[in-house]
Amino acid sequence: MAKTFSIKRQPGFATIAMFCFFLLYLPIATLVVYSFNSGSSIAIWEGFSLRWFQSAWNNQQVIEASVRSLQIAAVAAVIATACATLAAIATTRTAPYRGLTIKYSIINMPLLVPEIVTAVALLILFSRVKVWTGYSGLGYLIVAHAAFCIPFAYMPIRARLESMDLSLERAASDLYASSFQTFRYVTLPLLWPGILAGLMLAFVISLDDVVITEFVKSGGQDTLPTYMLGQLRRVVTPEMNAISTVFLVISLAIVTLFFFLSRTPQKDNE
Amino acid sequence: MHGIKKWFGTFQAVDDVTLEIRSNEFFTLLGPSGCGKTTLLRMIAGFELPTEGQVLLDGTDISRLLPNQRPVNTVFQNYALFPHLTVAENIGFGLKMLGKPKSEIDSVVKDMLKLVHLEGRGNNPVTQLSGGQQQRVALARALAPRPKVLLLDEPLSALDLKLRKSMQMELKRLQLETGITFVFVTHDQEEALTMSDRIAVMSTGTVRQVGSPWDIYDRPAERFVADFIGETNFLEADVVSVSGDRARVRLSSGAEISATYPDGVTPKGKVTIVVRPEHARLGPPGSGVLEGVLDDIVYLGTDNHFHVKVDGGGTFIVRQQNAKSGPCGFSEQERVSIAINDDVAQILRD
Ligand SMILES: Nc1ncnc2c1ncn2[C@@H]1O[C@H](COP(=O)(O)OP(=O)(O)O)[C@@H](O)[C@H]1O
Ligand SMILES: [Mg+2]
Repeated sequence: MAKTFSIKRQPGFATIAMFCFFLLYLPIATLVVYSFNSGSSIAIWEGFSLRWFQSAWNNQQVIEASVRSLQIAAVAAVIATACATLAAIATTRTAPYRGLTIKYSIINMPLLVPEIVTAVALLILFSRVKVWTGYSGLGYLIVAHAAFCIPFAYMPIRARLESMDLSLERAASDLYASSFQTFRYVTLPLLWPGILAGLMLAFVISLDDVVITEFVKSGGQDTLPTYMLGQLRRVVTPEMNAISTVFLVISLAIVTLFFFLSRTPQKDNE
Repeated sequence: MHGIKKWFGTFQAVDDVTLEIRSNEFFTLLGPSGCGKTTLLRMIAGFELPTEGQVLLDGTDISRLLPNQRPVNTVFQNYALFPHLTVAENIGFGLKMLGKPKSEIDSVVKDMLKLVHLEGRGNNPVTQLSGGQQQRVALARALAPRPKVLLLDEPLSALDLKLRKSMQMELKRLQLETGITFVFVTHDQEEALTMSDRIAVMSTGTVRQVGSPWDIYDRPAERFVADFIGETNFLEADVVSVSGDRARVRLSSGAEISATYPDGVTPKGKVTIVVRPEHARLGPPGSGVLEGVLDDIVYLGTDNHFHVKVDGGGTFIVRQQNAKSGPCGFSEQERVSIAINDDVAQILRD
């Protein structure tokens, strides 16, 4: 009986798969459930309530950290996406040449360099700059976030550019469009979903960052993740769960949007 | 086009092509796949620069201009319509890029929609059109800026047979109505013969023969051209005498017929001649110039193909129309004679 190998028919496959899903999602599920706990324990269920959401909402520090997180993520994502768009165009709209692969690697390097190394490097660099300029605002965090978000924004944009039919740009130039007009009227509108996807990915990645932020931030510049980390060292209440749940919902919403935008449009060629 | 050569690395795709395309004509580049037709067209459009040689338009050298600087538009093989724009926006794209006022664009777009029978479809997204309709939008888009030359790269190959036939007529009509020079690329000889004013037959980067469809079909200059276009019989013969534009040649059977020959050739000695199957007739033994045995009869509805094994070697195909219904009057393995009509044989350049 010549049957092709199928992982699905191997004994124990289903069990292992279920176990992995369990391991992945059980903690998250628990976290979400206990954010609705009416008691003040994160382990003993005492009934349903929204009190911890309310308490988080009334916590001035939580609100400040959230606003700061959103500000940093928004500005950093825009900067990162702009850089990534230019980089993606430069690397896809050119005849392949020696050194192009190296360029890809350089752009994607931050994905491979251990985050802690980047964090320390930025810490040292920024402390110098702080001494020189005297500036100690949010700018450092924004620049740092923008830097590590570039490769994430770059990926969907490059994918979109590579799947784009080159003859469209050729047709535009055939129809008297200058290279700027070709970009403005053809490439950019078609690239838009990719750019939005990159923007959202960068936003989520920035929102989520702990390590680099922890190193680079000055006093009173806690973002939501670093604030939570600080709180966890003291007393843990379901308020943390409530904040995490809100965080999770926002991230899921953005990732879902990202998924729909980055799907290749199937109707284009019909 | 003058002395065009094009190398891709060490591979030579176009080898010393010199062509003169007249204004207002329907000119076709015909040749098998990979012979360099697209490359030649792309050099006229400006997507590719010739390694050597010049592209002249009305006497000015345009070979180094960017595509958007040339008054030449292309109908792409895959149409390359802008999927994010409507039909009207696609058609108006060229004029918009040229900075024409909106009122002018609107009126041209309206005329174009009418010209390609797509009235009322202006606001549709192009992605909702059928293949044939997309094709016509691509045509309208390329014609709207009234280019000096319209380039078409196998624009009909994606369509089914019936649609292809009607688009052939349509293209011819558009060319006549607009008076724009069309340069059309195809590997389909029938398409070339039906539509063109003149045809250039290409093979491996070179132009083998340029002429009217009649020239190409009835007066092929060389074996490649004769073979590529339609069905043909090749015969060995000896030149007996030459007078004016005719030569007398002796066939293997000893019979003599008259034949034409290509320009710039003085036929002498052993030559190859071509005779199209429909230019010969079958008759009883002794009535024609070649004798043989009827090997096979292929019934094709409108015609019969008679495969004759000629005495002394070789097969000769005769094609006769079934003017009357009923049996053709010949049977297989019967001895027959082939008569060749006057002035239909052509001597090939070797
Ligand atoms: N950009 C290119 N790089 C290398 N070789 C090419 C390129 N474009 C075309 N060729 C080669 O040139 C030859 C002619 O191609 P093409 O002009 O497309 O032929 P056709 O349109 O007659 O089928 C082919 O053998 C093809 O492989
Ligand atoms: Mg081609």
